[in-house]
Amino acid sequence: MNPPDAPRPALEVCGLRIALPAGSDRPFAAQDVSFTVDRREIVCLVGESGSGKSAIAHSVMGLLPAALAATGGRILLDGEDVLAASEARLRELRCTRMSMIFQEPMTALNPVFTCGDQIDEVLRTHTRLPAPARRERVLDIIRKVQLPEPERMYGSYPHQLSGGQRQRIMIAMALVLEPVLLIADEPTTALDVTTQAQILELIRELQRAHATGVLFITHDFGVVAEIADRVAVLRLGELVEFGPTRELLTAPRHEYTRMLIASVPSLTPKPRPQAAASEVMLRTEGLGKTYPRGRVAAARDVALTIHRGETLGIVGESGSGKSTVARCIAQLVRPSEGRILLEGRDVAQLSTRQMRPFRRHVQIVFQDPYRSLNPRRTVGDSIVEGPMNYRVSRADAWDRARRLMTLVRLDPAVLDRFPHEFSGGQRQRICIARALAMEPELLIADEAVSALDVSVQAQVLALLEEIRTRLNLAILFITHDLRVAAQVCDRIAVMSRGEVVETGRTADIFAAPRHPYTRALFAAAPGRDWTFGGSAAVYAPAAAPVAAGGPRDVFPDTGRSG
Amino acid sequence: MSGPATPGLDDLAPIDPSRRAGAARTLLRSPSVVIGAVVLAIIALIGLAAPLLNTIDPAEISPANRNKGPGYEATIRQDDGSKKEFVYRMGSDSLGRDIYSRVVYGARVSLLIGVTVAAVSVAIGLVIGLLAGYFRLLDGVIMRVMDGVMAIPAILLALSLVSLLSAGLKTVIIAIAITEIPRVVRLVRSVVLSVREEPYVEAAISVGTPTLLLLVRHVVPNTVAPLIVQTTYIAAHAILIEAVLSFLGVGMPAETPTWGNIIAEGRALFRMFPHNILFPGLFLALTVLAVNMLGDGLRDALDPRMRKRV
Repeated sequence: MNPPDAPRPALEVCGLRIALPAGSDRPFAAQDVSFTVDRREIVCLVGESGSGKSAIAHSVMGLLPAALAATGGRILLDGEDVLAASEARLRELRCTRMSMIFQEPMTALNPVFTCGDQIDEVLRTHTRLPAPARRERVLDIIRKVQLPEPERMYGSYPHQLSGGQRQRIMIAMALVLEPVLLIADEPTTALDVTTQAQILELIRELQRAHATGVLFITHDFGVVAEIADRVAVLRLGELVEFGPTRELLTAPRHEYTRMLIASVPSLTPKPRPQAAASEVMLRTEGLGKTYPRGRVAAARDVALTIHRGETLGIVGESGSGKSTVARCIAQLVRPSEGRILLEGRDVAQLSTRQMRPFRRHVQIVFQDPYRSLNPRRTVGDSIVEGPMNYRVSRADAWDRARRLMTLVRLDPAVLDRFPHEFSGGQRQRICIARALAMEPELLIADEAVSALDVSVQAQVLALLEEIRTRLNLAILFITHDLRVAAQVCDRIAVMSRGEVVETGRTADIFAAPRHPYTRALFAAAPGRDWTFGGSAAVYAPAAAPVAAGGPRDVFPDTGRSG
Repeated sequence: MSGPATPGLDDLAPIDPSRRAGAARTLLRSPSVVIGAVVLAIIALIGLAAPLLNTIDPAEISPANRNKGPGYEATIRQDDGSKKEFVYRMGSDSLGRDIYSRVVYGARVSLLIGVTVAAVSVAIGLVIGLLAGYFRLLDGVIMRVMDGVMAIPAILLALSLVSLLSAGLKTVIIAIAITEIPRVVRLVRSVVLSVREEPYVEAAISVGTPTLLLLVRHVVPNTVAPLIVQTTYIAAHAILIEAVLSFLGVGMPAETPTWGNIIAEGRALFRMFPHNILFPGLFLALTVLAVNMLGDGLRDALDPRMRKRV
C-alpha cells in the first residue's frame, strides 16, 4: 500500500471491531476504528471511561480478555497482522516488536524479584546474550531512563522505589529490546504532577532517540497537549476525530471533541467577586497529626481559616497531608495537637459524646464514588440515616431527601434504588445529597471529583458551586488538580510534606506563586501552555512562572514511595 | 422500576436488568448450587418423613434377624402385638436392627447437628469477630484466645467434654461448635477489618451513626456473603465430626441411630457384612458432598470478584 520508499507505520489499525459479550450495554467495545501510528510519532488515544481505548490497546498486544474478541478489521504491527498471529508468534512479538506500560507501576512489577532481574528476564526470554552482556545491557537501559545509581537500582526491589522510579523501570523493561511500538496505558495517571512531567519528558526523549511509535492512552487533555503529535478521540467505541494535535485542539470538528475540550477546567482562575468579609466559619491553629507508628508527622502546624460562603482549596501532591487535615477537621481522626475552632469553639479534643452535636456541622464527600455508599442499602436509606440520627422524624427526613435529590438534579423517585444502579457521577451527587441532609455549615470535598470523567466532573463542580451560593456554605476543597482548584476556589492553601507552604487568593497565587514548591507544581501542570474551557483550546505559551531549573531541583524523585 | 425521569432532571443511566435481578438469578444459574440444594432438600425430606417411609423403630432389637443381607424378608412383631411381613431393604445389623430405618432416622441427627453447629458457631463467632475487628483494643486479646482454642483438636475436646458432661446431642453440638468458632471469628474479623476502612463506614460515622447501629447497618450486612459460604463448610465439617465421634463411641449414645453409630456398629463384621457400613457411608458422603457443592456454588456466585470476571 505504501510507496516502497516511505517507511511503514509502526502500527496500522484498520476497521477494528471488538465485540462485547451479550448483555453488555452496547454490542461493540470498538467499532470500525482506524488510525495509524508512525515511527517517531506519539498518537494519543483520548476518551472517557468506557470509550474502548483500553480494549483497543489490549487487542494490539493480543491481551484481550477471553470474553472480548476482535471480530473484524486488521491490526498491522510494522506490516504484520497481529490478529492473525498465533499465540506463540504473539509471545515473540511482545517486548521485541511491541511493548506496553501500565497505569499502576507497583502492581505491574513482581514484588519478589529485583528490578534488574525483571528487566533481565526480558533479555533471557528473547535473546541468546550471555549473562555479562545482558547485565551490561540492563545497566545501560537503567541509565537511559535516567535512574540514579544504576547498580543499586539493579538490585532494588520494587517497593524500595518511588512511584516515578517504578514507572521508569517499567519503561526500561518495555524499551530494552527497542520495539517499534510502545503502548502506554495511562502511564502517569497514578503519579503526582511533578513526577508526571518528568515521565512524559522521558517517554518523549526515548521515543525520539529510538524512533519508536507510541500509542499513548489518556483521559487528560493536558497530557495530550503536552505530548501528542496526533490525537484520536474515542466515544463509546467509535473514533469520532483523528488529526494533528494542534489542529484538533484549536479547531475541533466533532461536537464531542468540543464538549470534552470545553469540560477541561482552565488553568486561569475564574474571576470571582471579592467576598465581603463574612464571619469565620472554621479556623485551625497549629493543627498537627502524628501517626504513632513510624512517628511520621502527616500534618504539622497547619493554620487555616474558612469563611462562610467561601471555598478554600487545599492543593498538594500525594503524601502532602491534605487528606489528613481534611479528616482531622471532619473529626474522623483526632489531631495530635493544635486547635480546631468551629464557630469559635475548640472541638479538637472533645470526646466522642461531646463531639456529637458538632459532627453535624462538618460533612465530607469522599473521592471514590463506588465505595462511598453502602452497597446493601438503598440510596434513600443512606441519605435519611444522618438526619434520623439527630432525631428528625422519618417522614421529615424522607421529605428532605426528596428535596435534596431535586437539588442535586436526580429524580426523587430513584431513592429506593441501590448504589450499583447509578453511574459514578450520579453516586457522587447522592453523596453530596447525603452530606447536605445534615444541614452542615462546612462541606469538605476530599478529591470529590478526581475519579470522574471530565464532562461529569464539570457537572459536579457546577453543582457544588450552585449549592455553595444557594446555601451560603463554606467548602473545603481538597484536590491535587490545579485546573480544578483554579476554577472553584476563592483561596488556596498549598501543602507539601505536611506543611502549608503558601496561602492566598486563588488569582494571586496563580499569577505570582511565591514558594518554590508552588512554582514547581505550576511548572509541572500538563498542558499549561494551552487554555482550555472554551469550545476550542487556545495555544498561549504562558510566561510560565517556572522555578529556576524546573521541578526536579526542588524535590528530586527520592526514594520516598509515591 | 425504570420509570421515566421527570423532565428537566437528569436521566438515570440505562439500567442493566442482569444487575438488578442480581444474586437470585446468579444462584439459580450455578449448577453446583442447584444440585447441592436439591440433594440436601431430598435428604432433609427423607429425615423429616422418616416414620412415613415404611420404617420400623430404628432401635428395635430382633435377635432372630441378626446380620441379614439386603432384601431379607421376615415376620416381625409390631408394638400393638400384630405381626407383619417386613423387608430389610438394607439388611440388619448384629443386633437385628433394620439398617434402612436407622439410616433414614440417622439423617435427622446428622442434619440437625450440621445446622445447629453452623448456627451456633456463626452466631457466636460473628459477635466475637465483630468485636475483634472493629475495636482495636480487644483485637489482640480475642485473637490470642482464639488461637488457643484453635490449638485444641476437636475430637480431644469432645472426649473430655463427654467425660465431664454426659454423652448426648447437646454435648456433641457444644464440642463441635467450640472448635468451629475460631474459624468464624478469623473470617469475620478479616472482613470487618477491610469493611471498616470503606468510605461509606466513615460517611456513616460523620453523620453521627452510633457505633452499635453502625455495626448492624453497615458492617454486618457486608460480611454476610463470605459468612454464608463459611456456614456451609462448617455444617459439612460438623456432620463429619459427629460421625467420627459416634464412631469412636464418644458421640451420641449407641442406640441413637446416627450414621456414625451405624458404621461403628458394623465395623467389627465389616468383612462379612459390608452393607452395614456401605449404606450409612453412602448417605454421609452424599450429604457432605451436597453441602460442599452448595458452599462452592455460593462462593462463586456471591464473591464479587468471581462475578465481575467477564
